[in-house]
Amino acid sequence: MQRNNERAIKKKSPSFLNDASIVSFVIIIFSLFLFYLTFNFDEVPPILNRGIQPATFPKGLLIIIMSLTSILYFFSLKNPWKKQETLPKTFSYTLIILILFAIIAKTLDFFLGLSFLSFTISYLWGERRKLLLFFVTVIFPLLVFIFFETILNLRFPGGILTDLYYR
Amino acid sequence: MENFIYMLAPLLSIELFLVLFFGTLAGLILGVLPGLGPTTGGALILPFTIPMDPLSAIILLTTIYCAGTYGGAITAILINTPGTPAAAATCLDGYPLAQKGEAGRALGLATIASVFGGIFSVVILVLFAPMLAKIAYQFGQPEYFALAIFGLTMLSSIGEGTPIKNLIAAAFGILISTVGSDFMTSVDRFTFGVNILTEGIGFIPVVVGLFAISEMLVQSTLLNQTFNRVTLDALKLPTLDDVKSTWKTILRSSGIGAFIGILPAEGGTVASLIGYSEAKRWSKNPQEFGKGSIEGITGAEAANNAATGGAMVPTLALGIPGSATTAVILTGLIVHGVRPGPSLFREQPDFLYGIFGAMLFANIIFFILGFFGAKIFARVTLIPNKLLWPMVFVLSVCGTYSLNQSLMDVWIMLAFGIIGFFMRRFGFSLVPVIIGLILGELVEGTLRQSLVIFDGNWFMFLTRPIVVTFLIFSIAALLVPYLRGEKNN
Repeated sequence: MQRNNERAIKKKSPSFLNDASIVSFVIIIFSLFLFYLTFNFDEVPPILNRGIQPATFPKGLLIIIMSLTSILYFFSLKNPWKKQETLPKTFSYTLIILILFAIIAKTLDFFLGLSFLSFTISYLWGERRKLLLFFVTVIFPLLVFIFFETILNLRFPGGILTDLYYR
Repeated sequence: MENFIYMLAPLLSIELFLVLFFGTLAGLILGVLPGLGPTTGGALILPFTIPMDPLSAIILLTTIYCAGTYGGAITAILINTPGTPAAAATCLDGYPLAQKGEAGRALGLATIASVFGGIFSVVILVLFAPMLAKIAYQFGQPEYFALAIFGLTMLSSIGEGTPIKNLIAAAFGILISTVGSDFMTSVDRFTFGVNILTEGIGFIPVVVGLFAISEMLVQSTLLNQTFNRVTLDALKLPTLDDVKSTWKTILRSSGIGAFIGILPAEGGTVASLIGYSEAKRWSKNPQEFGKGSIEGITGAEAANNAATGGAMVPTLALGIPGSATTAVILTGLIVHGVRPGPSLFREQPDFLYGIFGAMLFANIIFFILGFFGAKIFARVTLIPNKLLWPMVFVLSVCGTYSLNQSLMDVWIMLAFGIIGFFMRRFGFSLVPVIIGLILGELVEGTLRQSLVIFDGNWFMFLTRPIVVTFLIFSIAALLVPYLRGEKNN
């Protein structure tokens, strides 16, 4: 019975799919990609070369990162990382809202994006009181807009709402 | 005498006094709010300091640092959640004492220990920063390179994360600093053909993203968390018996905190943990620790507040941040065109002593505010996350955008927020990234200039005694966490 359970656990999580190996894999792949890019950096003639070529320092750093990551991985074989709890749905929704904010802020309006994010996050996280939702969605972004616009003389990017003000 | 008058500057100018007062008030509120604290709060406020003059801006940031470090204790004692990481050790005895119906006494002791630790650290700062700056006059490019390496290796022993993870994070921070046009040869590096990136990645979008946005994502995973809040009637000053039984602990922890703070990259979190464990080791009643020991509270609080002034010593004298929050302050100095280092002491003593004075008075002001307003600050913890974090997000986005009026900075902030969240999830500390980013240009610049001086001969580094000393310290800094780990095993 116990052996069956152990087998089931082993089946569920293959050793190469644990957090340590995934994190190490991502770091090394990312570093290798950047390492490849360093070969495309321009080289400077010796007269302008201040000690080392511009690509040498980042190359050295990436080698250090990859070496340390390999050591980290081998240590994790001896002392496995603590298993992380599954992320709740609210995290995924918050992440999606962040992406939607970026899309709205870029395509429609910066402050519309901020109001959208404030409302959806507040609502998603459990706020149901209309007055407070109105405050975080409209009043607070408006106060921040007025502060930046009048005191810091900042001009925000144009959009369907912001242009109404600037006109 | 002249320097003493400079220290009084924040009291002699109405504008500076207002900055000092509101900075302390803001620091207390930020410290009380779990997840914010002086580092994230400082990063959030940093863009708002751009229109200010450099002295006002840095006074605002340093007072937030001092008061925020103390503010964390209020939350630690009343809801058993450290308002700042440096207050984690305060929870261990602060909350149990509060549960016994002595929340006012616990807060009173924490306040007295914090004020003493804070003032002690300012004295250390005033004494040691100019001395360190004088020593730094002898430093050339190779010495600065070795010093920066020492600062980075010290990151391996900071409280959060494992040593290797901390070093990877620091190397990642330095790597970010290489993005953009190479400052020596103007060759583009990692710009991906994006014009804006030739100017490099700014400190503020990275700092705000890593601390504020990643924290918002962390909060989104903690919505079911409940706090057991202890009610506070009033803050009580310690009795004579309390003072008698804790003064040695406060003094010892203040010394420990100031010393730990001076070490590059360490800070209040490490200081409070060591201050707490030393208080336990020297205590006549170690069995009371964890059950509401007043020595435990004062040991942790004196140490973390003493680390504030200590951490400012390498920040101002050498340009090497002593903690996460001083990394934000260092960013503030750079943004305002002030280059920390020995020349700052020679050329702008009024500026420096103004900061020292502000830190001293911030401790006195947060004592008064803490004593009379602890009950009100305790209510700040009632602000629900579902309202607080959308507002923090709006401030983060607008503040980051305001720097260069560039949406690219906002996207960078969001990207680093997501990276920061996953780094924290897998046990990578964010502090080394910031310190690596700040020191990156110094490391690369001094390395390349040293190689020019040495005609490309790397072994010439070993002919400089100060360089060799720092390299030995660096090796020791790398070995200590492992030796400590072996000993614990």
